[in-house]
Amino acid sequence: MVLLVSFLAGPIFGIGLIVAGMANPAKVLGFLDLAGNWDPSLALVMAGGIAMGLALFTLAKRRARSLLGLPMRLPAGTRLDRRLILGSLLFGTGWGLAGICPGPALVLVGAGNAKGWAFAAAMLAGMALFELLERRRS
Amino acid sequence: MTIDWLHFTPAISALGGALIGLAAGILVLLTGRIAGISGIAGGLLQRKTGEIGWRVAFLAGLLAAPAMYRIVMPLPETRVDTGWLVLVLAGLLVGVGTRYGAGCTSGHGICGLSRLSPRSLAAVLSFMAAGFLTVFVTRHLLGG
Repeated sequence: MVLLVSFLAGPIFGIGLIVAGMANPAKVLGFLDLAGNWDPSLALVMAGGIAMGLALFTLAKRRARSLLGLPMRLPAGTRLDRRLILGSLLFGTGWGLAGICPGPALVLVGAGNAKGWAFAAAMLAGMALFELLERRRS
Repeated sequence: MTIDWLHFTPAISALGGALIGLAAGILVLLTGRIAGISGIAGGLLQRKTGEIGWRVAFLAGLLAAPAMYRIVMPLPETRVDTGWLVLVLAGLLVGVGTRYGAGCTSGHGICGLSRLSPRSLAAVLSFMAAGFLTVFVTRHLLGG
């Protein structure tokens, strides 16, 4: 059941990205280009997502267990550390270079976009590099 | 700044956003998991037992999204103008950065802000600022 729900949430998420225009890197860069001919659309993606999310996450936060009886795995940390900020700055720089973030990267892979494949391969390599560095640290 | 009215799609983008929020809400309410794509994909590389199946199922569904969309209508135009070399550099930065920052546009942007998490707010402000700055530098200072 958990697998089925996860599998069904995937395409709703992905179709949302396509409908929203997030899976089109040129549109994402149009949003990030404040000083140029600015396309504010992605602000509305955030607004729509958070409006829906706020309702559903408020319900989720009140529960100790999910509707399928699994423990709620909500992040508990509150500390604003250097890793969070520096990591996010690196991510934002990459996002600004290509207009692609992780979700849309995988949608582009699914759509058979060659540049999407190249980006996603590099992204996974970056994630693997992180795991490697983490393992060395511990 | 000028507004690009030609490409501005407020209603359809808000609808797409709501679908993203719905998917994240379904996942958390039913399974207790956060729909953060970088966390789900990156977590696969940790090979923790019991944490593989749902991640693979979700990512398979996400990869299948364009095919499902095509059943109803043709996919909208996508344009990737970035050259191959910069694209690979960008991918690396996104991979490393989202793992160090513990989230991306979905995990921090949608799920985190919906949970009213201060950490996620700080992350979103950081990656947005870096994104705006990067595009300003590449498009307006370097003229790329």
